[in-house]
Amino acid sequence: MSETVKFTIDGKECQGTKGQLLVDAAADNGVYIPVLCHMRDLIPAGSCRICTVKINGRNMAACTTPVEEGMAIENNSDELTDIRKAIVEMLFVEGNHFCPACEKSGNCDLQALGYKYQMMVPRFPYAFERRDMDATSPKIFLERNRCIFCKRCVRVIKDNEGRSIFAFKGRGTTLQINIDKTLAATMSDELAQKAMDICPVGCILKKEVGFIDPIGQRKYDKKVIGSDIENNHQ
Amino acid sequence: MKDRIINIVETYGKDPGRLMDILLKVQAEFGCVSHEAITIIAAALHMSEVDVMQTRSFYHFFTCRPVGKYAVYLNNSVVSMLMGMGDVQDEFEKLSGVKVGEKTADGLISLHHTACIGMNDQEPAALINGVVFTELNRDKVRALVADMKAGKAAQDMVTTYGDGNNANPLMKTMVKNNIRKAGAVVLAEYCMGKGIAKALSMDARGVINEVKESNLRGRGGAGFPTGMKWDFCSREAGDHYVLCNADEGEPGTFKDRVLLTERAGMLFEGMTIGGYAIGAKEGVLYLRNEYTYMKAYLESVLSDMRSKNFLGNNILGKGFNFDIRIQMGAGAYVCGEESALIESSEGKRGEPRNRPPFPVQKGYKNKPTIVNNVETFCSSVRIIENGGAWYGALGTSESAGTKLLSISGDCKLPGVYEIEWGMSIKEMLEMVGAENVQAVQVAGPSGICLPPSQFDRKIALEDLPTGGSMIVIGKNRDLLKDVVLNFMEFFADESCGSCVTCRSFNMILRNSIEKIVSGHGIRKDVEDMAAWSEILRKTTRCGLGQTSSNPISTTIKNFREVYDARVKNVDYQSDFDMQASVMASCEVVGRSSKVHE
Repeated sequence: MSETVKFTIDGKECQGTKGQLLVDAAADNGVYIPVLCHMRDLIPAGSCRICTVKINGRNMAACTTPVEEGMAIENNSDELTDIRKAIVEMLFVEGNHFCPACEKSGNCDLQALGYKYQMMVPRFPYAFERRDMDATSPKIFLERNRCIFCKRCVRVIKDNEGRSIFAFKGRGTTLQINIDKTLAATMSDELAQKAMDICPVGCILKKEVGFIDPIGQRKYDKKVIGSDIENNHQ
Repeated sequence: MKDRIINIVETYGKDPGRLMDILLKVQAEFGCVSHEAITIIAAALHMSEVDVMQTRSFYHFFTCRPVGKYAVYLNNSVVSMLMGMGDVQDEFEKLSGVKVGEKTADGLISLHHTACIGMNDQEPAALINGVVFTELNRDKVRALVADMKAGKAAQDMVTTYGDGNNANPLMKTMVKNNIRKAGAVVLAEYCMGKGIAKALSMDARGVINEVKESNLRGRGGAGFPTGMKWDFCSREAGDHYVLCNADEGEPGTFKDRVLLTERAGMLFEGMTIGGYAIGAKEGVLYLRNEYTYMKAYLESVLSDMRSKNFLGNNILGKGFNFDIRIQMGAGAYVCGEESALIESSEGKRGEPRNRPPFPVQKGYKNKPTIVNNVETFCSSVRIIENGGAWYGALGTSESAGTKLLSISGDCKLPGVYEIEWGMSIKEMLEMVGAENVQAVQVAGPSGICLPPSQFDRKIALEDLPTGGSMIVIGKNRDLLKDVVLNFMEFFADESCGSCVTCRSFNMILRNSIEKIVSGHGIRKDVEDMAAWSEILRKTTRCGLGQTSSNPISTTIKNFREVYDARVKNVDYQSDFDMQASVMASCEVVGRSSKVHE
């Protein structure tokens, strides 16, 4: 049987199962730790770093750290809030994000975190990177200007034989998300929809069905990101 | 082409885990790994093309377009530039008629930049078709280009050979060892086989205990206790692996080059002892691509050891089986990080893994693995030969034994020095004949830029830890332009990109230091850089990211006056240069670009 462990987040007593990832264990206890790359039950990528918490004085990513008995976790300190806000700002300057024209607006996790952390003007200079869009696949657009390199599509979207449809290309300054043209042509409507749904931003978009949800009825139009986790546990 | 590539894939058993080797072979034979080649490889391995592409595009010695018949890789790291690479590059560009990043129209010569190639003691240096050329100048470049135009093979352009095994018929390289000081451990007299024989006469637990008693700590720079690593790994179930990190990519370090050249047997012996201690049958030497010139020689040492029964089945009749293969890298600094090195050895992008699990639990092929530095394995042989207590008595209380330093830059005697831990920087500078020193870059770009006021500090894991790189920077150098900017360009290029903070902040910081160097910086830029460096340090996953802002943060801390002298003392300055921006259009319409004349 799985072993129960006790830990605290900002002083709140919590319980989880040994080996469970901290970010999931926190959510089960009604504590929201922001995520962009993480999805429950998926091998963690640890790439966006927005879930950075302080455990026994050390900065760690909550999406890659298993909970252990007696952990004292800091989640909502001024220092961590500033770090998270900085990461959101950094993502806004490194890509080219024009929310008003984006079909994911209101359903976008990055935008929602921008509101949560009350980002006004990014503290970093804009990079204005040139990123090319790829519209060659029959079912989806790949709008690289909005990619935040979370690797969700890389980890989840595979063809029938388990081969990758998305992968990284390059490194450092040349890094980009890449799509396999041959395999993407075989994507079903369901898989294309799934790819769009798991993308936390507006990088992967399903063709021919744009703007179905009216503004005002989108995910984050009326509630702050993470509030469902916090409210579930009142 | 198709048949040949399929043939290559079959040589490696159609194993996606050997993708690195497949790509290396294709690059060598066809001068590139083209899209067509990727399609063929992907089909033969039953992988998607993007998965082949993700590995191909990660390493800078793989190219998508054919390189020249002579692919010239110029080292543009700090010491090479300080020693005159600018002139060398200029001469190559003049004679070939193309710039770095281009290829001549006839396809004869292509010029490229590459990061430190492990020759800091004999710069400026370059690789031509994998052959190393050191101490270059304009005259030598003229001779090389003439040879290229005459169609001479790159290897035949080497006219003099270095000392020791550098002159071995299988190596025949002009690289010099530059061993300036031999100590009691790795560079002392060595006789092959004593360590293995003694280890095999002990039980595995006894070997681990001896290494534990020695207090040997990892020589790659992180300083993790070796005995403890071996112990953790030995307690895991299933197959075990031994990996040796010979990626030596930290700019300014070249001591492993010398060990691989002069102590290859000792290294393989150390890997075998490690294998015996943890219960492994296989070892992998991960050798950086820049050291391809050693491969044939190293293979010959392995065969020699097999013939003497120091490797192979039933070693020395003790019933222990162990063998070693060499895995070549393809150009990526981050592969020096142990979990990235494992990923690369498995044919993937060299992206560091998340921890836990640690490599000792799940490493190569997801099996328990020890990854140790070349010098660490070599030291372990001496520990077995002479005992842990003997080794532990050398050095300081917290840093046992000796350390190889790779010292380069502005000094009279650059080279490799085996010192006992505990030497001060001041003593080190006297030893290498360095005068008028502005700073010492301790432990490479990811280390500390140390000012003269701290030269009394000691080289030891408890004070100034180092993997061995020591770059002496003279008073006449422009610290921000020649050193800090170069290092930040390096990190921006070498970030694997799988942590968004590392990728982006290194680009942002590089742009900031560039702004200051170009004379457009203001006071706030310096404060911003210090704050942003801190965010980067706190949020990245691996050692590369955590230390990549050190060139900036340690110089702001220790050389603040250099920044202050360079920035304007104003609150705001626009980054936008109106005059420069309208210059081109003004020229067309024939009016002045001065806005407020």
